[in-house]
Amino acid sequence: MKRVKRRYLALQLECESVPAERKFIDAVWAAVTKLYGEVGASLTGMALIEFNAERRVAVVRVSLATLSMVRASLATITSVEGKVAAVHVLGVSGTLKALYARAE
Amino acid sequence: MTRAFSDLHLRVNPKDAGATQKIVSRAARFGYSQISIPFTSGLSEEESARLKAMCSEAGLDFVARADFSPRSENDLTRFLRKFRRRFEVICITCDSKEVARQAAKDRRVDLLNFPSLDYHKRFFDRAEAELASCGLAALEVDVKSLLILEGPTRVRLLTSLRREVAIAREFKVPVVVSSGVSEERFMRVPRDLASLAFLFGLDETQALDSTSTIPGSMVLRNREKLSNRFVAPGISLVKEGQPS
Repeated sequence: MKRVKRRYLALQLECESVPAERKFIDAVWAAVTKLYGEVGASLTGMALIEFNAERRVAVVRVSLATLSMVRASLATITSVEGKVAAVHVLGVSGTLKALYARAE
Repeated sequence: MTRAFSDLHLRVNPKDAGATQKIVSRAARFGYSQISIPFTSGLSEEESARLKAMCSEAGLDFVARADFSPRSENDLTRFLRKFRRRFEVICITCDSKEVARQAAKDRRVDLLNFPSLDYHKRFFDRAEAELASCGLAALEVDVKSLLILEGPTRVRLLTSLRREVAIAREFKVPVVVSSGVSEERFMRVPRDLASLAFLFGLDETQALDSTSTIPGSMVLRNREKLSNRFVAPGISLVKEGQPS
């Protein structure tokens, strides 16, 4: 079986109050599902790797084939937990090591 | 080479200094290098100078842009005659087919914009694109509606945008992606703005060009034309001779 190529995205959450980790990833899933449906969302293989509430930074992993879909979905997020919010992509990398190195 | 990103459609009221300042600072923080806040009710030299100063203080290049929704062809011609030499970018919001066709033909028009929510008024079809391809007008797409709409309305908008962008590409009409936002909370970093263009059929490079090189070269071309050294496309005054 062909190995699935992945990408790691560092995300900056901008909102009035910091949501719980669960609520944040739910909002991301909701945005992807709203745009691409459940089948499309299942293709992304998205997983939350890290959520730093203090710095409001999250790291998610997605499959390379659906990177554009996920980026577009992230840009459409306007609220998390009913509060006004925006999610900006800080960086994209093929490895966590490179992503963290770039963030420093 | 790093790209210089532009957002030519920040719909904040230029008279509201507080809101304008917030939008300008945020645009600078997000990494834009060129922004435009359209004037809809004529140009006040004082306001324009204030905005220019505010932007240059934030490290941004301010582009003077005028938006107009003419009611007829004559109205459009009158507007262009009066304002073309005073603004760097002219955008026409087409509310009727007659105006849309005339705006596409006229080389003084830079951007064609269509109402997002009224699908009967989206006149960017093959005939419109053919006229625009002979002129200089580009199709402007505001992504704000994609952020605020949901469900069937967004589906319908995406269908229209995808069709229009495909037609524009077929006829080699440039597409400019702008935010069209009036509130800070809807502003997105340039690459996120470009990523929204994926939803209506632009690939990564085309989307990035639509937010950087295409608007940038449009502004550059118009600034050259507005300069007092401009004679004709490709010809400019380098040095004035002394009368003998």
